Amino acid sequence: MEEFFALQVHLKDNVATVFASPEKGSCVRVDDSNGASRKIEIKDDIPYGHKIALTEIAEREKIFKYGEVIGRALRNIEPGEHVHVHNVASLRGRGDLAAEIAGEDRHDI
Amino acid sequence: MTFNGYRRADGSAGSRNLVGVIPTVVCANDVARAIVGQVQGCVGFFHHQGCCQLPPDLERVTDTLLNLGKSPNLGAVLLVSLGCEGTDTDRLYRELQAFGKPVEIVRIQESGGTSKAIAAGTDAAQKLLLEISGRQRVPCDLSDVILAIKCGGSDATSGMASNCVIGYVADKMVDLGATVVFGETTEFIGAEHILAKRAIDENVAEDIFRIVREMEHRAESLGCDMRKGQPTPGNIAGGLSTIEEKSLGAIMKSGTRPIRGVLVYPESATGRKGLWIKDSPGREPEILTGMAATGAQCMLFSTGRGAPQGFPSMPVIKICGNLHTYERMANDMDINAGTVILGQKSVRDVGEEVFALMLEVLNGRQTKNEALGYFGSIDIHTLGPVI
Repeated sequence: MEEFFALQVHLKDNVATVFASPEKGSCVRVDDSNGASRKIEIKDDIPYGHKIALTEIAEREKIFKYGEVIGRALRNIEPGEHVHVHNVASLRGRGDLAAEIAGEDRHDI
Repeated sequence: MTFNGYRRADGSAGSRNLVGVIPTVVCANDVARAIVGQVQGCVGFFHHQGCCQLPPDLERVTDTLLNLGKSPNLGAVLLVSLGCEGTDTDRLYRELQAFGKPVEIVRIQESGGTSKAIAAGTDAAQKLLLEISGRQRVPCDLSDVILAIKCGGSDATSGMASNCVIGYVADKMVDLGATVVFGETTEFIGAEHILAKRAIDENVAEDIFRIVREMEHRAESLGCDMRKGQPTPGNIAGGLSTIEEKSLGAIMKSGTRPIRGVLVYPESATGRKGLWIKDSPGREPEILTGMAATGAQCMLFSTGRGAPQGFPSMPVIKICGNLHTYERMANDMDINAGTVILGQKSVRDVGEEVFALMLEVLNGRQTKNEALGYFGSIDIHTLGPVI
């Protein structure tokens, strides 16, 4: 069976990037920055270079990649689910929200 | 460590010896294009600015064209003016002359129209080419190099492979005493706190936060989510979900050395050493022009989706982090960094490949986009409205 692999760039990350195009139900080997590996069954078809969740991520929880915040979950995300624009919002450059929350801490969106 | 370059009157060292044909306004592009098509060794800068703009933008256009003209890769400059533009054509001519750059000017309205201006411009460009064409390359120190770095058409591989490779070369060039300039302020959004920690002092750190605030404010001013504008649909298809994710990958190309300061868009980096930021958007036409105005003799350009373009006066080396793109677009991509993702080669190994190719390119070897003449993506980044 073909082995698909993904990289977790930083130990703090709750997502990994998949460098293959596996179909839903496939098993992906996730290598972390310490050289350790684990396997995750994926719950969606994943295009090359896209991300999967490594843990349960609750709605509004922050998404971490490179050990840094890259956005916030728009809904609950299960391990192995595709993590992308359909379930992650950016916290920056949000002119649509800026009007509503003028003066408030942007990170509380 | 040395490369073979063209020593210029101001002491700078060029990797190319071209005649730059510079329209001072968009309305002069057609005449300039005809001249470039007739005379060997000429390159044209077909931008779209220089008229019906507010004074700060007109000054920005004049300054950008001036520093483009001063580029060490241009042995001589031919200015093509319409005659009624807002660009300060006289200052441009005067300052290039005072700088020691062989310069000629043709004015379309004064010449008596298109065909006469093309004829006069062709004669002038031919004269300039003959004047510079016998110049010889001489050994120049690598510390004379201003290296521009950029990423474009990014995907998930950019921040994990090709940008890391460029970061390795950026560090190496800084350590060799060269100047390295990166920009794309939009792609600092969400990663500016990391860059600010590398600033040499508090003032530079504040400058980094300020340019990001200004850029983000411009993006927000239309009252919408910037996604689709940044990250682009191509970035999104390539797996990048938010501007923060794109930025965190983009800053990898700046390496790890201290950031010495922020340059305004038209500014030259001549005489400065170490790592600098140029405040500019990420879009290719504007940043390529801004980087050439910096005085850069060469650019390292990382891509994942496959951005093919270069710049007329600045060789651009394409480093591709996506193995599939590299295989599909091998005639556009100079270096394959996809091997880093597969763990077949280290960042250092591919970084040394890039460094070796960069030396060859500085010595005169053409890059793939240069050989194809794929370098029409040019414009000047202005801030105000067209009025």
